[in-house]
Amino acid sequence: MMTAHPNNFSAAARSAIHDQQLGAAVANATNTAASKRRLAMFAYGDEHGETMRQQAAQIRRRALARLPELLEQAETNMQANGIQVSWAANGQEVREQVIAIARQHQIKRIAKSKSMVSEEISLNHVLEAEGFDVLETDLGEYIIQLAGEMPSHIVTPVIHKSKAMIRDLFMQKLNMPPTDDATEMTRFARQILRQGFLEADMGISGGNFIIAETGTLCLVTNEGNGRMVTSLPPVHVALVGIEKVVETLDDYITLTQVLPRSATGQPMSVYTHMINGPRKSDEEGGPSHLYVILVDNGRSEIYNSKYVEALNCIRCGACINVCPVYEAVGGHTYGWVYPGPIGAVITPLLTGLENAKPLPYASSLCGACKQVCPVDIDLPRLLLDLRHDLVEQKKQSIFWRAGMRGWAFVSRTPFLFGMARLGGRWGSKLLPKRRKLPIGPLGGWTQSREIPPFAPESFHQWWAKQHKGTQDD
Amino acid sequence: MRPSPQDKPVSLFVTCLVDWLSPTTGISIVRLLEHLGVPVHFPRRQTCCGQPGYNGGYRHEAAQVARHFLDVFQDAEVIVVPSGSCSAMICHEFPTLFADDPARLKLAQRLASITWEFTEYLVEGLGVIDLKLKLPAPQTFAFHDSCHGLRMMGLGQAGRALVGHIENASLTELVDHDECCGFGGLFSVKMPDVSSAMLAKKIAHINECTASTIVVGDISCLIHIQGGLSRQQSPKQIRHIADVLAGGLPERPV
Repeated sequence: MMTAHPNNFSAAARSAIHDQQLGAAVANATNTAASKRRLAMFAYGDEHGETMRQQAAQIRRRALARLPELLEQAETNMQANGIQVSWAANGQEVREQVIAIARQHQIKRIAKSKSMVSEEISLNHVLEAEGFDVLETDLGEYIIQLAGEMPSHIVTPVIHKSKAMIRDLFMQKLNMPPTDDATEMTRFARQILRQGFLEADMGISGGNFIIAETGTLCLVTNEGNGRMVTSLPPVHVALVGIEKVVETLDDYITLTQVLPRSATGQPMSVYTHMINGPRKSDEEGGPSHLYVILVDNGRSEIYNSKYVEALNCIRCGACINVCPVYEAVGGHTYGWVYPGPIGAVITPLLTGLENAKPLPYASSLCGACKQVCPVDIDLPRLLLDLRHDLVEQKKQSIFWRAGMRGWAFVSRTPFLFGMARLGGRWGSKLLPKRRKLPIGPLGGWTQSREIPPFAPESFHQWWAKQHKGTQDD
Repeated sequence: MRPSPQDKPVSLFVTCLVDWLSPTTGISIVRLLEHLGVPVHFPRRQTCCGQPGYNGGYRHEAAQVARHFLDVFQDAEVIVVPSGSCSAMICHEFPTLFADDPARLKLAQRLASITWEFTEYLVEGLGVIDLKLKLPAPQTFAFHDSCHGLRMMGLGQAGRALVGHIENASLTELVDHDECCGFGGLFSVKMPDVSSAMLAKKIAHINECTASTIVVGDISCLIHIQGGLSRQQSPKQIRHIADVLAGGLPERPV
């Protein structure tokens, strides 16, 4: 399917947790985003917010229920609008198609606006290796491109970096004059990006939605770079996941209300693009060639599985912003481009369960993600299903499998259940109270907390004493 | 609509953690139900609801334990559980577990409909908020909302209303009271570092809180937070809501 290396969540988490700068940056950004989301979603009362959420979920479910048909309708209507539509089964095909388009138009410089699909398929590296000059123009994406990193959040990719780190990076890579002023730093980057827009002969974007009934490509952005990338260069290529299609213009209107509210707490994003085709003969601006590549890359496999609900996702990042695990470990710990609860679900689905074994367990199943999801994805349930798959496919260690079998046997045998309590009681008695265990399954637990003492007398025993002589309850 | 639990005897599912680690919580519930005049049964062959296996992905093993639960509680009229998490398991996960077992599915659905988390049983089931309780001295409490109770069972307000009606008890709010403490069952064993980081945040909020006692509805969160408080030798206490309520019962003649 695609290249991914074995996931090393636990070890990466350990070092991330000790990075205090990272912890502070992530906590600050996610807490702010989460509280802004709450204010924006429920600005007109709890009922209104919940109704919007349920409507958005219905729209996504309705679209997915007839996805194949809608995709064909979208293709026909986009073609009628003059858009050249192609299909790509995997990352390799997307990369080949983008390169072929670029060669055909004799492209040298490419300006990109933010696209998670392009991150998914490592597009930049390949284009650069082929000799193209690629510039990320979303400020956050530009910063991580300079740093040679992966995004650590799907909406705010550079959430893990402090202002000082960005300053140092700009000074080192771009010879920025020393400054601690964020506005000045942004202004400095802006000049470079402006030049990039003007020089680019091809723009690459993602796509937030495609409206099937009108054949419209929709993008939601804040910095204005998306508008430049999709209108200044003569060629525009949009990479859009096949799940992004919605039925009607009305559906799109509802979704554009929940997406920015859920993502950044804005009632509406600064720029909302609805692109209905390349430049027409009587128009002055816009690209003369517009390509939409509909990207599968593992999605149809999800579509045909019990995980289809994961395709509801509109990539708002609300689940990431409320996730206490993400807050503790940051995005890079998840090992791939999609972090947080949605990442823990779709990374195994897109890169293979074998390559992401720890991720379904990287959750306390607290359910905060499910509560905020604007399209009502039951993320804890999907994580539980993935865990079940790992167990069914015997991808769990013998230790855990044997332990669980033993637990089940004891727990359905009341006599053994009582004996197990006694064992636990003696075990906990033998342990000095403040002792940290060096090894074993409880070694990690005892580093920061004590093992709970077993009561001298169980409830069973107490009840039996109270009801001496009677057999039952 | 669930059948009303009024005027029916209660079968207490005490949960494995209460049984082994905090039996006083079970005793508190028995005392409180006696105080309200509700007959209590305790099916003695009860063990666990199966959640550890279920959450680990071991559904086959979880179903074995859940089948035992169905067997033990098949004749119950009302089941009361001192845990949001275990009651959520019975109410919301049992039907999934027995989806392919029509005979047991029917029983599982019936038991799900008569299972109540303890505070939910009192407030929504019996319609009682004021238990006529009085603490010997004034005390301030703050709730930590356990995740499954809050998000799967819709709890939170019931417990606050019950404690708020105890004479001499006052309530304040813990910062981020609805954020996970990091226990998550096997999560705290499989990912102890992440779990510890979450716990550290919770404990920092507890230490800054003006309440002397934190109230929880689940022994699982309680042992986790208490394990951390105790390791740090924090003066703060954490108690199960049943024990807090029982602390306000009139003295029993010895």
